[in-house]
Amino acid sequence: MRWLRRNIVVIAGVLTLGYLIVPNLVVMVFSFNKPNGRFNYSWQRFSLDAWKDPCGVADLCGSLTLSFQIAAWATLGATVLGTMIAFALVRYRFRARGSINSLIFLPMAMPEVVMAASLLTLFLNLGARLGFWTVLIAHIMFCLSFVVTAVKARVMSMDPRLEEAARDLYAGPVQTFVRVTLPIAAPGIAAGALLAFALSFDDFIITNFNAGSTVTFPMFVWGSAQRGTPVQINVIGTAMFIVAVLLVVGGQLVSNRRKKTAATT
Amino acid sequence: MTETASTSRGGGDVRLSGISKTYGSFHAVKPLDLTVPQGSFFALLGASGCGKTTTLRMIAGLEEPTTGTVFLGDKDVTGLPPYKRPVNTVFQSYALFPHLDIYENVAFGLRRRGIKSVRGQVGEMLDLVQLGDFAKRKPHQLSGGQQQRVAVARALINHPQVLLLDEPLGALDLKLRRQMQLELKRIQTEVGITFIHVTHDQEEAMTMADTVAVMNGGLVEQLGSPADLYENPETTFVANFLGTSNLIEAEVAEIHGDEVVVTAGGAKLRLPAGRCSAPTASGGRLLVGIRPEKISLAHADDAGTIPDGRNRITGRIADSSFIGVSTQYVIDSPVCPEFEVYAQNIERDSRLAPGAEVVLHWNPAHSFGLDAAQDIDAGIETVDEEVS
Amino acid sequence: MTITEAPPAAPATPPEPPVRKASTRKRLVPYWLLLPGILWLLVFFALPMVYQASTSVQTGSLEKGFQVTWHFATYWDALQEYYPQFVRSLLYAGTATILCLLLGYPLAYLIAFKAGRWRNLLLVLVIAPFFTSFLIRTLAWKTILADGGTVVGILDSLHVLDVTSWLGWTEGNRVLATPMAVVCGLTYNFLPFMILPLYTSLERIDGRLHEAAGDLYARPLTTFRKVTFPLSMPGVVSGTLLTFIPASGDYVNAELLGSTDTKMVGSVIQTQFLRVLDYPTAAALSFILMAIVLLMVTFYIRRAGTEDLV
Repeated sequence: MRWLRRNIVVIAGVLTLGYLIVPNLVVMVFSFNKPNGRFNYSWQRFSLDAWKDPCGVADLCGSLTLSFQIAAWATLGATVLGTMIAFALVRYRFRARGSINSLIFLPMAMPEVVMAASLLTLFLNLGARLGFWTVLIAHIMFCLSFVVTAVKARVMSMDPRLEEAARDLYAGPVQTFVRVTLPIAAPGIAAGALLAFALSFDDFIITNFNAGSTVTFPMFVWGSAQRGTPVQINVIGTAMFIVAVLLVVGGQLVSNRRKKTAATT
Repeated sequence: MTETASTSRGGGDVRLSGISKTYGSFHAVKPLDLTVPQGSFFALLGASGCGKTTTLRMIAGLEEPTTGTVFLGDKDVTGLPPYKRPVNTVFQSYALFPHLDIYENVAFGLRRRGIKSVRGQVGEMLDLVQLGDFAKRKPHQLSGGQQQRVAVARALINHPQVLLLDEPLGALDLKLRRQMQLELKRIQTEVGITFIHVTHDQEEAMTMADTVAVMNGGLVEQLGSPADLYENPETTFVANFLGTSNLIEAEVAEIHGDEVVVTAGGAKLRLPAGRCSAPTASGGRLLVGIRPEKISLAHADDAGTIPDGRNRITGRIADSSFIGVSTQYVIDSPVCPEFEVYAQNIERDSRLAPGAEVVLHWNPAHSFGLDAAQDIDAGIETVDEEVS
Repeated sequence: MTITEAPPAAPATPPEPPVRKASTRKRLVPYWLLLPGILWLLVFFALPMVYQASTSVQTGSLEKGFQVTWHFATYWDALQEYYPQFVRSLLYAGTATILCLLLGYPLAYLIAFKAGRWRNLLLVLVIAPFFTSFLIRTLAWKTILADGGTVVGILDSLHVLDVTSWLGWTEGNRVLATPMAVVCGLTYNFLPFMILPLYTSLERIDGRLHEAAGDLYARPLTTFRKVTFPLSMPGVVSGTLLTFIPASGDYVNAELLGSTDTKMVGSVIQTQFLRVLDYPTAAALSFILMAIVLLMVTFYIRRAGTEDLV
């Protein structure tokens, strides 16, 4: 009983973690299923069929490629624009600061469906053709604020004297930016970019409103939830999960080794 | 106005001519003229917000003066950005580049000037600051003292005409600070470069610099050698900020040639006219200052043994604290409510305990006279208050 | 400190030398940096809000086109017809937010203070679910909560389902297609958005504060109540906002895990916009949702006293 009381936080934490992880495990396990009907919801028997032919379902891999393309461009756009805003906000004093801060905060404080619907009204009113470009525009819009937040935090914690030191040591404005500012702000920019990629790749609601007949991967999954879920969806979900985990672990190992070698020499 | 500056004499002097800096309506530095001779160790001393760091940053080029001109030798560098000035800075809390190792930090300035073979110079520099073994470490893996030495090496490797030091020892503990003071002094003597050192620590300024400029409220209050500033303060701020002074409010009674006689609370005090920084006239007011260690203390019973010709004040010991080399007394006197006296512990008189009636006496030549219109407490509470 | 107007050093200033001004080019730098991004937000975020507001007071039909007629009755009609969905959305989102806080806090606390060298691994595990598309993961809940499945079996044998049915959260021995399934999905989907801000603010707390509180005779629970929790308030505030706001507008969980009786307002907006093509009603609904959320957020931030969330 005393043990229970002392470890209550650990137990609760681990249970929560389980709640977070179990669906991923289910996705993984069911990528080896061979369902009877159109829906892959109950376990029948083990099979590697889906893994052998991940693109075996019409339009699946096309939607995946499209999602990757959109996410890559949206990340690039949002990261560049967001980093510029973040630097301006931290480094300069100017008028309208308050309203600009709210303009950046509001997209994060707005239910997605509201942004989705209002953006669609704009596009309808302008007579824009819905598709790749409207989705990309929307994605850059809602990723922007998150990039600003991530980069801003990093730039704010950066000692302005570092840049002064660089200028003092014969680095001109461009050199200072390339040699000192950018490397030090890099983790923040990278975090912002990763976040933007994840948000864009996984976005459903805003995309669903503004994609017209274009189908991204989340939209494909949504559609299949009505028509029938192919096992390949689970295969792709699992593969992405494994690749991402490997990247994270690999990155961690590399940075650990770097730290160690730096400490021993 | 620069044509007259002689190249031979002022070859490497730093000259500030009428420079000032205003932020909105706040005058950080009021129009200021200052010459730092080549090869000297110069200190700008003052409490936080007195304008000393702003002055330094204007020399470095990190701050653009609102008015005035900065000369290096006879060259006007006012409009030059920092990366085009032959001046380097050791920043407060060092500002070492966290993403570069020590070697690359030190090599930074050379590389930016397009020098390809830096290995030899960096090695030499790291040896000079005794950090040869740490070349591959990152700054956060070094102690505060080591980081400080890297900062010095990173600046000195460029052979600047002037090295600026912005509170370079502020982040170190007391013992290390003492050690680094001597170390910096040694390096300065060795390389012979002009050092301009900003500090709020009067002891640090006096130990290291040959010339000290005391700044207050955006102005230089007084400039001179440490001994000169200490012995002949010209303002109450300097008198109180550098060490401790007893300041007596007095009235000028008469002037005999180069001797001024004043009265204060019934006592008659004398001081040399040459040590009065304020104009004196009979009936005028004057602040008479005397350093606590210049005063001798005698028990009232021994008043007869005090030689003639010395200034005397009577009082009662309010408090005494024994601190080893000396004993510090606080004397309650009609002339001045809290008179401080530091007595060397040569022969201790057991009668000198709180409550005892005493006579204070000192050589009139040690007194100094200040303008009575000033705030008598200027510079007092600022001494140890700031940490930044 | 006292600053004296020291008379001895005051120099007689000769005619004022020209005062330098920062060059215009330099002063414009921040505006150039801001311009593209801010323009993007103005055109694709702020302007759409205006269009939406105008759409909401239009009347007409798809064939004849819509005109602004200041027909505010749309709002009234929309509210009257869809208020159950509004109430449900706020209720579900609120419940999910509270559940996220209750579930997320121990885990964030665990990672911040007790994880030691496992800290990074645990953090990766918290964000790992993101690596798989949330729609796929939400579909996985259909399997987990399936009728006659393990989870339902356990809940049934523990008589939990009896209680929840009585409360109207579940129906008979079904969990899927009930409010409980929707709330469960919402909680699951937005839990990391609660945990990460909580962790960030907990991690900033100096561990010595716990020792100090213990030293000052506070029991562990008192320490938590008087020291840890108040200090983690910024995390609680941003975590609840990051959970509640998206949850209130979400319709994915309601559509995938719920039934027609659990429809949230997001579903209605989506249907009106993309299926029924009744743009004014959809715009009005979306506008009302935005107003409610903004009001609640403003009120909440005022109460919690943290203004700097960006």
